[in-house]
Amino acid sequence: MTVAAASERDVTVAARPRRPFRWSRLLLHGTILLLIVIWLLPTIGLFINSIRTPVDVARTGWWNAFLPPWNFTIDNYSQVLAKNGIAQAFVNSLLITIPATIIPIAVGSFAAYAFSWMQFRGRDWVFVILVALLVIPLQTTFVPLLTILGPKGIHLLGAGPGAFVAVWLAHTGYGLPFAIFLLTGYMRGLPKEIFESAEIDGAGHASMFFRLAIPMSIPVIAALAIFQFLFVWNDLLVALMFIGAQNAANLPLTIAIANLSTSLGGDWQLLMAAAFISMALPLIVFFALQRYFVRGITGGAVKG
Amino acid sequence: MDTRLVVAIVIVVGLPALLIGYILLIEAVLRLLPGRWQNRLRPWLWIAPALSFLGFFLVYPTINTVVLSLQDKFSKTFVGLANYQYFFSNPDTLVSLRNNVIWIVLLTALAVGVGLLIAVLVDRVRYEPAAKSVIFLPLAISFVGAGIIWRFVYDYAPAGEPQTGLLNAAVTAAGFPPQTWLQDSPTNTIALIIVAVWIWTGFCMVILSAALKGISPELMEAARVDGANEVQVFRRITFPLLLPAVAVVATTMVITALKAFDIVYVMTSGNFQTNVVANQMYKELFTNGQPGRASAIAVVLLVLIVPVMFINIRRFRQQEAIR
Repeated sequence: MTVAAASERDVTVAARPRRPFRWSRLLLHGTILLLIVIWLLPTIGLFINSIRTPVDVARTGWWNAFLPPWNFTIDNYSQVLAKNGIAQAFVNSLLITIPATIIPIAVGSFAAYAFSWMQFRGRDWVFVILVALLVIPLQTTFVPLLTILGPKGIHLLGAGPGAFVAVWLAHTGYGLPFAIFLLTGYMRGLPKEIFESAEIDGAGHASMFFRLAIPMSIPVIAALAIFQFLFVWNDLLVALMFIGAQNAANLPLTIAIANLSTSLGGDWQLLMAAAFISMALPLIVFFALQRYFVRGITGGAVKG
Repeated sequence: MDTRLVVAIVIVVGLPALLIGYILLIEAVLRLLPGRWQNRLRPWLWIAPALSFLGFFLVYPTINTVVLSLQDKFSKTFVGLANYQYFFSNPDTLVSLRNNVIWIVLLTALAVGVGLLIAVLVDRVRYEPAAKSVIFLPLAISFVGAGIIWRFVYDYAPAGEPQTGLLNAAVTAAGFPPQTWLQDSPTNTIALIIVAVWIWTGFCMVILSAALKGISPELMEAARVDGANEVQVFRRITFPLLLPAVAVVATTMVITALKAFDIVYVMTSGNFQTNVVANQMYKELFTNGQPGRASAIAVVLLVLIVPVMFINIRRFRQQEAIR
């Protein structure tokens, strides 16, 4: 199928030069190129400025950096990492993100298996509620959760290590609807025959889950892991709620950078370096695993 | 060693181990029961951990928020609809509501429109994957990072001084005076929405592009053979077939616009008449110490999203019927 489609495409591409509309092709390439440039320039500008000297950044636009004398530096990076708490924030972001990625996948995969391979009354209703929860605004959960987890309740929030536990569990709760939805959509599509013959051979649900469902679902688990990782790494709102903007020791990168942008008052090259540090990991993940990421998006939105 | 690291390791290893232990335990217990009870109980025991998380972090707080929205700022006395009355009569909060309407209209129209344009255009060139990667890239970056990036694009220096912001450099090069993009209302809200469009167009493009690949090329080829030009092929064949996917991305963008927070928080903090509902809620909660009013705002957001919920459920049911 794919081979046939590819060869058809080759034929049309090869046939194209004979078409009379050369101008329209030029317009097509021009438009795409323009869009690409518009999309890239802001990020390139930030990166260039983050490796320029403070004086240059304040005096001229980043595009002047291409003219001699070339005067690049990595001082901004070393300074912002050491003095502005960005190194600590990077570690914090990792500490927040890794558990908040693993836990929802673990919890969600058991539920997804049950939704896919067990018949029970009320299953469809529970799943419909899950679909509804997919779009619930997180804002509607904050006030009660702050009461339960905050100083008036079990006091998990703020400066102590407990705040991380609150953030992990909250991200698990918030991420679960999408996790279960995506995993169930995939697990339901696994070949029925394999599960049936395993059942005939006397395998229980636990062994079918660990030996069949999980190994066969690795692609979608990868997609989900990337998704959840990026979501938590890039999250500002949940962290603001459960950690707060002022507890310096616990701040993730997003809050630390948002704070820098109001407190620096000048020295913008430091803010730019900090922003780029926060993007480095997502960009690596994105370029290395783009295919899974795209699959997660299309699988979550278009399919059931 | 950092206590948080220890806790993290314990949780990362312990929680999945606990879950596996739980499943093995319930399976062992279930085996002692008669077959009918096994099949009735097993599914619920398997989904119980997930249901408890959903119940504790989403369902219960949502219901509780509705109750709190009817109470005063100490969450003790019922005040009827006073918090809603405040929200719908205070000029500041009304500005945030107005801005969210602008967000919904512009973000949806631009992100879906440009996303569709790009999906259709790159479908015709060989470097499609590379072009798509570039458009898609901002989605991997945090909104905070995107906000910082664009703050410098919108940067302003007084006329006569060298402009370091890309946009004002272009504007002054063209002979116009530099603009304070983030301070002049209401265009500053549009400037913020542009940032969101920059982020979300890639999302729309990916989904629309996937749907586009699903359309049989013979259909379009047949129309071309019959003498239809490219615009006609798009209007009469491609677009109608893409409508379901357009609906999916459009509803997603509406939700995104309703929840808009990070970009506003980082770029203007809601000043200069750029406030949005989610940011107003944050202010009521933390700056003004008004959990009742904050809850009312959250409920307003929820009510606005409920129609989308029903659309999604209906769409989900239809897909299930096809399955």
